[in-house]
Amino acid sequence: MSGEWPLWEIFIRGQHGLNHRHVGSLHAPDAEMAIRNARDVYTRRNEGVSIWVVRSNDITASSPSEKGPLYDPSNSKVYRHPTFYDIPDEIGHM
Amino acid sequence: MYAQMVTSEGSKARKDMTPDETAFQDRIDRNEKIEPKEWMPDGYRKTLIRQIGQHAHSEIVGQLPEGNWITRAPTLERKAILLAKVQDEAGHGLYLYCAAETLGVSRDELLEALHSGKMKYSSIFNYPTLTWADMGAVGWLVDGAAIMNQVPLQRTSYGPYARAMVRICKEESFHQRQGYDIMMRMCAGTPEQKAMAQDALNRFWYPALMMFGPSDKDSVHSAQSMAWKIKMNTNDELRQKFVDQTVPQAEYLGLTVPDPDLAWNEDKGGHDFSEPDWSEFFAVIAGNGPCNAERLGARVKAWEDGAWFRDGLMAHAAKAGERARAARHAAE
Amino acid sequence: MPSLPDMTTPNLTALAGQALADSGHVQVPAPDAGQDALVEWLQRMGDNGLILGHRLSEWCGHGPALEEDIAIANQALDLIGQCRLWLGLAAEVEGRGRDADAFAYLRDAGAFRNLLLVELPNGDFGVTLMRQFLFDAFHVELLRALKASSDSRIADIAAKAEKEVAYHLERSADLVIRLGDGTDESHRRMQDALNRLWSYTGEMFLDDAVDQAMADSGIAPLPSSLKDAWDRTVAAVLDEATLARPADGWHHKGGKKGIHTEHLGYILAEMQFLQRAYPGARW
Repeated sequence: MSGEWPLWEIFIRGQHGLNHRHVGSLHAPDAEMAIRNARDVYTRRNEGVSIWVVRSNDITASSPSEKGPLYDPSNSKVYRHPTFYDIPDEIGHM
Repeated sequence: MYAQMVTSEGSKARKDMTPDETAFQDRIDRNEKIEPKEWMPDGYRKTLIRQIGQHAHSEIVGQLPEGNWITRAPTLERKAILLAKVQDEAGHGLYLYCAAETLGVSRDELLEALHSGKMKYSSIFNYPTLTWADMGAVGWLVDGAAIMNQVPLQRTSYGPYARAMVRICKEESFHQRQGYDIMMRMCAGTPEQKAMAQDALNRFWYPALMMFGPSDKDSVHSAQSMAWKIKMNTNDELRQKFVDQTVPQAEYLGLTVPDPDLAWNEDKGGHDFSEPDWSEFFAVIAGNGPCNAERLGARVKAWEDGAWFRDGLMAHAAKAGERARAARHAAE
Repeated sequence: MPSLPDMTTPNLTALAGQALADSGHVQVPAPDAGQDALVEWLQRMGDNGLILGHRLSEWCGHGPALEEDIAIANQALDLIGQCRLWLGLAAEVEGRGRDADAFAYLRDAGAFRNLLLVELPNGDFGVTLMRQFLFDAFHVELLRALKASSDSRIADIAAKAEKEVAYHLERSADLVIRLGDGTDESHRRMQDALNRLWSYTGEMFLDDAVDQAMADSGIAPLPSSLKDAWDRTVAAVLDEATLARPADGWHHKGGKKGIHTEHLGYILAEMQFLQRAYPGARW
């Protein structure tokens, strides 16, 4: 048995009810695991998000011109945010 | 940088370009993004695969030197922070592999090239992390150097790469700060802690300067990559910027940069500083750094030990799909 | 009433306290058996999270696929976060000026109260996943019951942790099913892992005097009361995974009382190194 896990495109609708939005891709053996992996990789487990997954091979694309993705960082792990660290003003931008 | 010594296919003068190549270069010059299914010169595609692949490899090999201290982090909060940071690096590797895959190469192919030594990763990750202060120095200096390169790459010409860099830069903004936070704590601590911090700076200063790669002001490869906007600055520009940013930060900590010739040069509005030992750099790139064997060995072991897991899940997915099809068929 | 001792007696305060206590005015706090049991029980909760989170964090950078590397780190982060809450509360209840870090970094192995199951080495990824599943199935039942704790601080922590752990169980149960019913090799590895870990599951459901005290005051359920639900979850998952449930027999125990495997000492030697080598330093 060999073979790479297929690639999936991940679409997430956040808490604010906006449309699902493409956030990136990942590998998974099937759709159910793709959804779970997406929760871990792309939402860092924020509650209240809806996830769609589509096999990359199943997407029919026009000549693409999509805009860059936006995303919300997890709120539960404060140390992921730069403002968690007090850097003295003298140091300047970091 | 995370993608050091990436060779491109050599630059071409406009008069030698085919009509397709001219149109392509025009788009880049207008700052249009190139997207996966659009026409691109073969050299552009190959150079990008090398560069993004090397960048991705650097992220996942880069988990190891810091991962080395997760189980020894001195407080529960430091442990959580370090784990979150090293986890982010896995995520960044994942985003970058996906970006490379849009160019027609698979992640498994890229990993095989890493494992066989055909593709490289950044020299910096072949240096050991010997004390807790190294977690500070890596965040402060290594992430600091990486950010110098990654921020401009958010504007790179290839859409999926630029988007991955946007996401990475956003997530990475806490990495350098947590490193500097560790350094501040150590420098305000006991004499042993301060000595540990100085020692970490001593060991990581020159390897950090090497991250930008040797001077490339005369390199044709760099000229082509810059024309294609997949390299945004010369190595020397970024190195100078890094030194100028870092020196005052070291002064604030009360640490001494290990370069007796370091001095402010009023005329150029920047610091003069000593070059790293480039023979050491080439030796490390060639596989002879202090930790090359351990780092690559750990990646290969993780991959080989995980084969049964990946295969088992694929086999189950195939079985489950087959059962679902049979059930649908029976229902019809 | 005894006469007050003269001013040269060194332990004047203690004697004065004793005198007052004897007279029926209790002003010197006597050791509270209930509080001691609560601190003991909170350490069990915190230590399970700490040690299992530590074990999972060992996988960071070494996972079998990038997606899995990230997922397992999320679980480790959840468990370490929960441990900080439980040990923080233990420190608060104890009231002797310790904090969660002092519990984690300055106790020796004999003072740790985690289950033996969570300190066992990671083994292959199958052992790690099976250990996780067997523990998650217990952990989620425990936390669900704790949401009704008579102590609101405990109910609050449980409510937060239960959401995280419900997801841990969803993941670990699904992976056990998939790998049990995957290839011959993945099936064999999962069955081996189950056989190896089974004799460490009994400890989760043993009741002792501390558990009884917690149950009597409505703080926590008796561990034995969680067994039926655990059995049902495990039976359903093993069945779907085509794995054979090992026969119940001898069960290892001791972790809850501080008698551990040899492995815990090495975990602590690594985890506590900096705090031990540089006493009093701040990091």
